[in-house]
Amino acid sequence: MRALLFALFALMAAPLAAQDKAPPAPYANVQLEDAALEAQATDLMETLRCLTCQSQSIADSDAPIAGDMRHQVRVRLKAGQSPDEVRDWLVDRYGDYVTYTPQVSSTTWPLFAVPALVIVLVLLVLWRRLRGRKVQEGGGQ
Amino acid sequence: MNRLVYLIPLGVFAFIAGLGGYMLTQTKDEAIPSQMVEKPLPQFDLPPATDGIKGVSRTDLIGGEPKLLNLWASWCPPCIAEAPHLDTLKEAGVPIYGIAMRDTSEDVAAFLANHGNPYVAIGHDEISAIQFELGSSGLPETFVIDGDGVIRYQHIGDIREEHVPMLLELLEQAK
Repeated sequence: MRALLFALFALMAAPLAAQDKAPPAPYANVQLEDAALEAQATDLMETLRCLTCQSQSIADSDAPIAGDMRHQVRVRLKAGQSPDEVRDWLVDRYGDYVTYTPQVSSTTWPLFAVPALVIVLVLLVLWRRLRGRKVQEGGGQ
Repeated sequence: MNRLVYLIPLGVFAFIAGLGGYMLTQTKDEAIPSQMVEKPLPQFDLPPATDGIKGVSRTDLIGGEPKLLNLWASWCPPCIAEAPHLDTLKEAGVPIYGIAMRDTSEDVAAFLANHGNPYVAIGHDEISAIQFELGSSGLPETFVIDGDGVIRYQHIGDIREEHVPMLLELLEQAK
């Protein structure tokens, strides 16, 4: 019975094992020697979306492609690129989808415009009401 | 009239809730389209994926007739499903270049022995580097490359029988 269970679990694991045969990229799971640079890399990796798992950042994901993306982030920072340059390199290829930190673009501008609009609207209403009250108080005396 | 103003937030809420309810009934499209379509092919030069076959570089794909660039892997089950349709495209005279992702020489050789070899050449992308350059996010994916080396079309997922005429038409248009 126990042997049967083992065999069953082994069978279930086969597709996972198939994908993991290739070794991970050198910097997929290895930190950079420079601690400050590694901190920058970690911050960036937490805001980049894994392409196959979609709801995880590449810092969180165990998917092989997330490992390959972490390798790209670390290697590019090590080569002297800024975190924003690395993010732009990915956005140029995958669109806004790949970043969790929204950038202003032709599709995302309402994200930034709407809060500003709401604040202006609220101030306008507030100003009108306060002015109305003052006029009333002035009239009463 | 003034009282009706207070109904506006309720209206906005009902609209957003309705939109959410409607979206729940729609199927989710998980494909991430590449932003590299209509842009020139990035620079790359990949070693052969297995013995007895040539590797693939950018220069191999530029010039002459339009070509297909197929990203696949021996560990990818949908790649087995599309193998016969790649054969059909090859028989129609289409040059197909392959890039094997995160693979091993033995596995690639075994895949080709089992499922046929429609490729002119197959490069090996050990760390998905070229996949990122192409804006590709999964396997298999197939790109139509025109004679000038511009990416004209990205096919996400396995090529099925019904996609073959469409791809042949796109290759014709890319001439």
